[in-house]
Amino acid sequence: MSSNAARPDDIDTDGGIDDATRLALYRTLLEIRLVEKRAYDLFVQNLVKGTSHLALGQEAVAAGFAVAMRPDDYTFCTYRGHHHTLARGAPMVGVLGELMGRKCGLMGGKGGSMHLTSVRHGVMGSYAIVGAHLPIAAGAAWSAQYRGSGQVAVCFFGDGTTNIGAFHEALNFAVVWKLPVIFVCENNLYMEYTPIRSVTAVEHPAAGRASAYGLAAVIVDGNDADAVYRLARGAIARARAGDGPALIEAKTYRHSGHSRADPAKYRPAGELEEWLKRDPVTLYRERLIAAGVDEGALREIETAAVRAVDEATEGAKASPPSPVDVVEQDVWSDGGAAWRN
Amino acid sequence: MAELSYREAVAAGIAQEMERDERVVMLGEDIADAGGVFKTTVGLLERFGPRRVRDTPISEQAIVGAAMGAAMTGLIPIAEIMFSDFFAVCWDMIANEIAKARYMCAGQLTLPLVIRTANGSGSRFGAQHSQSVENWAMAVPGLKVVAPSTPADVKGLMAAAVRDPDPVIFFEHKGLFATRGEVPDGELVDRLGVARVLRPGGDITVLALAAMVPRALAAADQLARDHGISATVVDVRSLVPLDTRTILEEVTRTGRLYIVEENPRLCGWGAEIASIVAEECFYDLDGPIVRITTPHVPLPAADALEDHAVPSVERIVETVRRTAG
Repeated sequence: MSSNAARPDDIDTDGGIDDATRLALYRTLLEIRLVEKRAYDLFVQNLVKGTSHLALGQEAVAAGFAVAMRPDDYTFCTYRGHHHTLARGAPMVGVLGELMGRKCGLMGGKGGSMHLTSVRHGVMGSYAIVGAHLPIAAGAAWSAQYRGSGQVAVCFFGDGTTNIGAFHEALNFAVVWKLPVIFVCENNLYMEYTPIRSVTAVEHPAAGRASAYGLAAVIVDGNDADAVYRLARGAIARARAGDGPALIEAKTYRHSGHSRADPAKYRPAGELEEWLKRDPVTLYRERLIAAGVDEGALREIETAAVRAVDEATEGAKASPPSPVDVVEQDVWSDGGAAWRN
Repeated sequence: MAELSYREAVAAGIAQEMERDERVVMLGEDIADAGGVFKTTVGLLERFGPRRVRDTPISEQAIVGAAMGAAMTGLIPIAEIMFSDFFAVCWDMIANEIAKARYMCAGQLTLPLVIRTANGSGSRFGAQHSQSVENWAMAVPGLKVVAPSTPADVKGLMAAAVRDPDPVIFFEHKGLFATRGEVPDGELVDRLGVARVLRPGGDITVLALAAMVPRALAAADQLARDHGISATVVDVRSLVPLDTRTILEEVTRTGRLYIVEENPRLCGWGAEIASIVAEECFYDLDGPIVRITTPHVPLPAADALEDHAVPSVERIVETVRRTAG
């Protein structure tokens, strides 16, 4: 094995998690859950047009990583990216407003649900072409490496992404250049409407490919926020120290269909119910209580989260539709769209 | 003034910008140790070191995607795609990601990057290594597109492309790499979006790009000498932004427009210009707009076939002679 084929099986997943961090994890889980449920309600009310891909059930992957990241680290995610965008601290009103095509949206309605971006929160984009953002995240990591900034790029993608070429190009590239990038596969068992196992040559779509790039196969319970956080903390520290990329497969499950249009009838009876028993939000709440965390503190978080989501909803509803003059803005850096003189 | 080859001018333009700005970095296949398969990056590794001049695997999506990620986080990458035909394997990155990111996020991201590529015919490489794909790039909102025809323009437009805050697709023409020309000494920085009138003439206006420019000039000489037709020749140089002002002025002045394009016929760059001219100076035209293009076929490999397909000096002269009357 060549010297640049780093093996991240030395990720440090030990160490405690202090109470403040645990409460931050819980708050993040809960806020994502409540915003996603609200997004669903807003579809039903026909206030969200187009499509949307909810991350209900996948909150712990986003929370575990975001809480472990430095504010200037980079997040790259997919069209199923509301949770990652919120977890980095992007305002709820900006997220809901973007879904609703309002002026207050993170991108003033020009991106929509699938392209949430908030650069000031390190959310460098949600990418709707499967696999595209893996090389882009590698490029951001290259820039961090070149500038010596110590920043790390974390790139989230679905199990279906592991079968597209850009995944393989990016993995090889990142390992050869020893880039500070963490590739995180959220394996929710389905590529859109099809069970991932029926279209994939290996049992674990990401971890099973890791050895091809000199990487360790790392699998984590994606519904366990503590487990994700510990692994994230270790992998990020390792990348920040210059020891190269990691590929992580988080096993999780989406509670709803692929997108708004999908009732998820293809799922075998009882599967959803089994996963709901391991709902990452309730699982974490129970764990905190069992660990002796004051339930009053959790109730405070819950009350505040409900209020924040309600306020964000009202704020987004009160915001006017995006003005049409933005249509011919921001193609270029001068703010315009002119292609001729 | 120094005389440089077109391929030397590529490296000269890049070196000028790398010397000036530490953020300028390069990546691509065989660009570092090998100096590029077309020898356009010779000497840059030695001068700027392996941290700034980096060889990549054969992974066009990774090359262009990494350039995008680096551009949005503070660098100014110059990515090489060896042959423009290979744009097809990373077109998602170019057309869906790089071109659209700034717009979709309402200006939160800026992508100062250059994608250089060897475009066009003349090497007898056949349909997958000889295409002219400048019209692909022109068709996508969010990309600036230049295609220089001389060493001086290569150097000056390279500098302009690197300094531009938006993504620029920089088409180097394979058929011109060995050509030589005067390049001004010292720092040379050109402007995107400026066409150049290379030869004044009173009867017709001929627009051309990249390798079609020297052919248009040679044709103009023949037309003047053998047929008494005086042609203005305009090097379009930049497709996006497009210097419609110069084009419309020259067409208005002569009343006749010929457009020489290497790309295949349908939706070639000249079709857009013909449409603009028809809309905006129709009543100044004294005859139909004529497009001289490669036919709508994949490019064949054999020299005689390639020469027949791509507009030649003879075809330009003959077409003008037949129609300019």
